Amino acid sequence: MAEAHPVGFQWVMEAKRRGAKVFHVDPRFTRTSAVADAYLPIRAGTDIALLGGVVRYILDNELDFREYVVAYTNAATIVSEEFSDTEDGDGFFSGFDPETGTYVQDSWQYEGHEGSSGSGHTAQERDSAAGLTHESHGAQVGGQTRRDETLQHPRCVYQILKRHFARYTPEMVERVCGISQEKFLELARAWTENSGRDRTGMLVYSVGWTQHSVGVQYIRTGAIIQLLLGNMGRPGGGVMALRGHASIQGSTDIPTLFNLLPGYLPMPHHAEHPTLDEWVDSIRHPGQKGFWGNARSFAASLLKAYWGDAATPENDFCYGYLPRMTGDHGTYQQVLNMIDGKIKGYFLLGQNPAVGSAHGRAQRLGMANLDWLVVRDLFMIESATFWQNGPEVATGEIVPEECRTEVFFLPAASHVEKEGTFTQTQRLLQWREKAVEPPGDARSELWFFYHLGRKLREKLADSPLPRDRALLDLTWDYPTHGPQAEPSAEAVLREINGYDVTTGRPLSGFAEARADGSTAIGCWIYTGVYADGVNQAARRKSRHEQDWVAAEWGWAWPANRRILYNRASADPDGNPWSERKRYVWWDAEKSEWTGYDVPDFEKTKPPSYRPAPGASGTEGIAGDDPFVMQGDGKGWLYAPSGVLDGPLPTHYEPVESPVRNPLYGQQANPTRKMYAHPVNSVNPSPPQEHGQVFPYVFTVSRLTEHHTAGAMSRTVSPLAELQPEMFVEVSPDLAAEVGLTHLGWAHLVSGRAVIEAKVLVTDRLTPLRVDGRIIHQVWLPYHFGFEGLVTGDSANDLFGISLDPNVLIQESKVGTCDVRPGRRPTGPALLDLVADYQRRAGITPGQHAPAVTTDDEGKEHGAS
Amino acid sequence: MGVRSWFEGWPVYRQLTGTDPLGRGAAAKSDGSRALTARTDTADSVARSVCPYCAVGCGQRVFVKDGQVSQIEGDPDSPISRGRLCPKGSASKSLVTSPLRQTTVRYRRPYSTQWEGLELDTALDMIADRILAAREQTWEDVDTQGRPLNRTLGISSLGGATLDNEENYLIKKLFTAMGALQIENQARI
Repeated sequence: MAEAHPVGFQWVMEAKRRGAKVFHVDPRFTRTSAVADAYLPIRAGTDIALLGGVVRYILDNELDFREYVVAYTNAATIVSEEFSDTEDGDGFFSGFDPETGTYVQDSWQYEGHEGSSGSGHTAQERDSAAGLTHESHGAQVGGQTRRDETLQHPRCVYQILKRHFARYTPEMVERVCGISQEKFLELARAWTENSGRDRTGMLVYSVGWTQHSVGVQYIRTGAIIQLLLGNMGRPGGGVMALRGHASIQGSTDIPTLFNLLPGYLPMPHHAEHPTLDEWVDSIRHPGQKGFWGNARSFAASLLKAYWGDAATPENDFCYGYLPRMTGDHGTYQQVLNMIDGKIKGYFLLGQNPAVGSAHGRAQRLGMANLDWLVVRDLFMIESATFWQNGPEVATGEIVPEECRTEVFFLPAASHVEKEGTFTQTQRLLQWREKAVEPPGDARSELWFFYHLGRKLREKLADSPLPRDRALLDLTWDYPTHGPQAEPSAEAVLREINGYDVTTGRPLSGFAEARADGSTAIGCWIYTGVYADGVNQAARRKSRHEQDWVAAEWGWAWPANRRILYNRASADPDGNPWSERKRYVWWDAEKSEWTGYDVPDFEKTKPPSYRPAPGASGTEGIAGDDPFVMQGDGKGWLYAPSGVLDGPLPTHYEPVESPVRNPLYGQQANPTRKMYAHPVNSVNPSPPQEHGQVFPYVFTVSRLTEHHTAGAMSRTVSPLAELQPEMFVEVSPDLAAEVGLTHLGWAHLVSGRAVIEAKVLVTDRLTPLRVDGRIIHQVWLPYHFGFEGLVTGDSANDLFGISLDPNVLIQESKVGTCDVRPGRRPTGPALLDLVADYQRRAGITPGQHAPAVTTDDEGKEHGAS
Repeated sequence: MGVRSWFEGWPVYRQLTGTDPLGRGAAAKSDGSRALTARTDTADSVARSVCPYCAVGCGQRVFVKDGQVSQIEGDPDSPISRGRLCPKGSASKSLVTSPLRQTTVRYRRPYSTQWEGLELDTALDMIADRILAAREQTWEDVDTQGRPLNRTLGISSLGGATLDNEENYLIKKLFTAMGALQIENQARI
């Protein structure tokens, strides 16, 4: 955090000054480790084993915050007797279908709900990254559940959790992660001692956590700990995701993602959602509790914002205009389709996949096989010049005279040359004022897309084709201003906020959304950002003039709430858990929720409220159910639906690992998304043979002085000067083993690529003893490429393409490689070297490793 | 200059008699530095902005002089950053004023070995034509069972996460209306 989010880290130091203990877990000793109370070096890709060890420590010693756990989580809920755990299945839960490599989730359900998992299409859910829709709410579950609040029933979630993590002992943590039992226990003790009525602990992760084949389950494990310790919905608690881009949160809220529409509404699927009713019911789950009961209002209001007068209740608000998914349309599938010649044109909008995405060579070969490419950026980036300067030109794989891709480079406006909102990592929208006009031809994306849309509509104005109606009926009449006819970002923000269609009045909150076409809302979770016709995101009341919650600085979704689910900061009766941790509470005199923050609860629903039997939607949420977006109002220790690789996190090895999974016969996540494409490959891991060809683990992360793919830092002279060269950090032991010299050169080889880097021999990397042997890890920054003031080989070239099944994010924080002294070969000799490694490792490009590696299956599937 | 004023101007005297006994502030100030003015003092205008790098969301104040960015500093009012910026945020002025920034449209024809120039409006027009052609060539009305698809898989997009919410909103809205489904961004990476 001190490296990649230095200014945010000041708050960790503030907390430390007030007595907080800081534990840092990282494969590499960093500036964060330097000021932490304890540093735990970990083998990359083993976080579930570590955190699972903490879960076991809590349960074994009964250190959970029992009153919180019983009242606010699903610990007491009874699970179907058809469920069987990974402990009984050698790494598999019940319901695995080896044909599709996915689970049928019926047996994971709460007792009595077996038929209502909405499952049976899990392969399809994986392809559509359906887990992403849960960013704002839980998955489907019926509202009525059977509970045992003594937590003794053998099938209650608490007992299932206990059995599931029983083998995640301190000894096992040491064996899997390479962390000593002593260090582990120090962490577990501090975490539990600093949680409870009077104290809260926070888990902070950076989003490298998501870049694993089990990324979602990493975060789930953290959430389980925080729920067991009563740290959710309370000040100083929570699971804090440190996102790495100025508006990465905003770009999922208002997504430019294939599977989502604004506000986490799913993009319709051709077979599942042929009609508006079926689409809406798949979101709101009739009979379920919670705020998603209003999904029809959010959906109708979005369509109304898109298609205005043309969208009527009679024509289902033009629902038919929406394009339909049929499978996986994610960025990695797209790149493979580009290589196969299926895609004509590609837009890159401030994004540099030639450096920033996994398997850079596949990215560049894909871009070299398009009809046309539009690159909009501040600088001439690698993704615009791959045809001219890319590594494949040097190897002869891309010949400029034979590369047909037509490239348009359009300069973009910088953040000071346009106005608009970023959503930062705590869901806070902050409006930026425009300082200056953009230079020359540089324009904002707002300008580009508004005028592109205008031109498209002009060209199609006389079209009789039904397919053009969606463009022609689109509301696209934004006011423009200034010399370049810049569209008004405030007008767009007002549409995002939503308005009353008749009067034009901006809506104040999403409770005002209607399903009858009387409201139009571009993104329902943002409703309120333009309440009273005022740009709430532009508020800049100084921190000196308001309290520590700072509710008048910017605007946070939803409803300007700074801590989600903050009803949990009070006990079931509505009183603060303690004076020290007072945040939101029930004011009995006024009969309303009050506190420092906007209560995340219906304002006048008393703690004593109990729903009538069968009540659904918001009426189904009891006065002591804080998790109001969940189908049962509870925080989920156990996820009966929605997480495709299992209701509980399970340690699987990374897709590429030198270690046989010490916990289960199943080696890696059996549900991961794999691509058997000739350009793609996976280095062999146990129980496959030849893993020793790639004996070392590598991981990548950021430098303080550079930003992602380098377009905004390798082009900036002070930053380029501070970190001028690609390098690899290796431990002294590994340097001796391989024959590397400090400040000399090394090259690293995977089944995809070979890259070179200067050598930094340092104690920041520690050889780890794992499962009885020494594992060496090396670390690389992933910022470098072949354009800019400072250049170097790209670390992401080393990775293949394997994805988390829930969200289709690639595993690009851990892989295996070989490390050799000296510089890499150049030209065709480079390809020969990689081919030689592939041959020695038994890699056949286009074939992936067997998904199932339990003993019987392993033999059967020829793990050889 | 009289002897007295000369003597009083001597830094050691100022250090011994003034408010700066350690000689690290006012006592050591030269006439040259006394005459300096901060760029922030002479700015024509200040824009309240936000750092474009990571997602912490540090407040920035962008100072403008003669239509150019003259300085970018941390916003001391921000409850998030309290006026601080990291090395990247502090380099924001160098980012937006970098001489390496491209300010004209560049165009590479198929099979060409070099870039050439192009008018912005022409480029926009050509891109619009190519979108319509790609739709024409790859449009899918219905699936094999006659269920609607309303889409093209011939067009892809990958966006960064330094775009504004308002921009993402228009991008998604326009692409969705043109039937382009394969719209992705950094959040998938």
